[in-house]
Amino acid sequence: MTDSLSRSRAARFAFFPLGDRALVVELAARVSESVAAQARRLADAVEAARIPGVREAVSAFSSITVHYEPVRVKDAAAPDQTDVGPYELLQARLQAVLEAAGEEEAVPGTLIEVPVCYGGEYGEDLGVLALAHEMAPSKVVELHTRPVYYVGMLGFMPGFPYLAGLDARLVTPRRATPRASVPRGSVAIGGEHTGIYPLDSPGGWHVIGRTPLSLFDLNRDPPSLLQAGDRVRFVAITPERYEQLLVGAA
Amino acid sequence: MALKVLRAGILSTIQDLGRWGCQRYGVPVGGVMDEFSHRLANILVGNREDAATLEMTLVGPGFTLNADTLLAVCGADFEARVNGESLPKARPVLVRAGSALDFGPCRRGCRAYLAVAGGFGVEPVLGSRSTFLRGAFGGWQGRALRRGDQLPTRDADPALYPSLHRKLRESRAPMAYPSWAATESVEALMPGPHLLRFVRGRHWSRFPEEARETFLSSEYRIGSNSDRQAYRLMGPLLLARDSIEVISSGVTFGTIQVPPDGEPIVLMASRQTTGGYPRLGEVVAADLPLLAQMPAGARLRFQAVELAAAQTLLLEREREIARMQEALSMRAGG
Repeated sequence: MTDSLSRSRAARFAFFPLGDRALVVELAARVSESVAAQARRLADAVEAARIPGVREAVSAFSSITVHYEPVRVKDAAAPDQTDVGPYELLQARLQAVLEAAGEEEAVPGTLIEVPVCYGGEYGEDLGVLALAHEMAPSKVVELHTRPVYYVGMLGFMPGFPYLAGLDARLVTPRRATPRASVPRGSVAIGGEHTGIYPLDSPGGWHVIGRTPLSLFDLNRDPPSLLQAGDRVRFVAITPERYEQLLVGAA
Repeated sequence: MALKVLRAGILSTIQDLGRWGCQRYGVPVGGVMDEFSHRLANILVGNREDAATLEMTLVGPGFTLNADTLLAVCGADFEARVNGESLPKARPVLVRAGSALDFGPCRRGCRAYLAVAGGFGVEPVLGSRSTFLRGAFGGWQGRALRRGDQLPTRDADPALYPSLHRKLRESRAPMAYPSWAATESVEALMPGPHLLRFVRGRHWSRFPEEARETFLSSEYRIGSNSDRQAYRLMGPLLLARDSIEVISSGVTFGTIQVPPDGEPIVLMASRQTTGGYPRLGEVVAADLPLLAQMPAGARLRFQAVELAAAQTLLLEREREIARMQEALSMRAGG
């Protein structure tokens, strides 16, 4: 199926089918900020290439998922490729697009500051989480606001970022029983990630604070505040500041 | 023109072929569960295949129509009547203004699609008319139909099916329809009941051999806690001695994932955009309409096929639909 040349090139971009209408391009076996930024950039390049039959490209941590319509990929094939299947046709097109885009210099994701009011009614689980890690709540806040996180992917719900870079001392298994309702804006810890709930929703992560920022807004373009590959820093604010910003955002 | 909702049914939502292009924002694709029946219903009334239809579930809604309306119903076999007379499936039906259109319980399958000529008059949100229930946007006010709603429809091409318009004018019957019907349902295109083909996925080889064999040789039942987002499969658990660590990545309609409890889950139309559980593979696209029509309790088995075979199957299905489209557009002129 592939000659030795394309196989050696393919080492950088490993293709796998995800059923018959999508495929995954894996960029690395490990996750990192630069891989996530690269994945986002390559997904953008795939969409910009407007390959016939490609519906969209979605980046997540270390891979890109390309959703496509096999019949349209096939219809766009050259006359001498009638024996080639849609997957192989698309793989060849993507390989060229990714290689061209891969030559460009990597750019770090946009840095976005997210103000958070920690604890109290804004972060119900802060006390319990601090207790579990045998540290003061203020220490949790200190450790949570220190790193620059990166958005590994969006998922779970519109605009929900999976933020990587959590201090190892804050890694906490998800709640045994998810809460029936977590308010929008809640900043939470789940396993080795921290995230922000864009909408009121059930949720199993430990809520330690709340941001007045709107993570997902249909009237905004793009609707999601954060995108895969972006970077995030949390900044602690007082309840008064939270209410001010909330009014300002409305 | 509008359909006035007298009864809402169990879950009646406006859907199209999905909200593509927004998964990067974490927005699920959504859309119809049974693409085949949705497309066929649209074709029958001269719509584009991606026009919005009404997806009804298990027990359908009841309406009154305030104008003559050309419509078609495809998919599951719901009890359906117009002013008490049985409404035929899988064909264009011109229903007289003032009639009551009533869908009862489902006798076979679980979802049917009502297409009206011209389509439903709802605005696209992020490029799609699909209802996204959890996000409360898209479709009809971001929610399922309720009693009292006035669901608007767009103007239809009056030149469609002139013979049906003549027939309706010349009779007192509440509806007019042709004697022919399109393929009754997607089951007619299936190799056999209860058999779903799938393409083995990226993590297949990382499941223990015993788990793989169990999956291939066992019968599963669709769990009662299944919905438009995911079907849970009741049957032998697929347990791994050591947890299979995977990096979260994109998922798709038909992804079969296995959480640590060992109970396989098939992701359906309203799935999330990404997932972090190991996956056995993906149900082939050509078989998804069959799965979408399986209610809780239905039994099924899985058969592995190669990707090339799955795509050949899908291309054949597309050619079949294109043929039906061509044949039906000829009929719409007469």
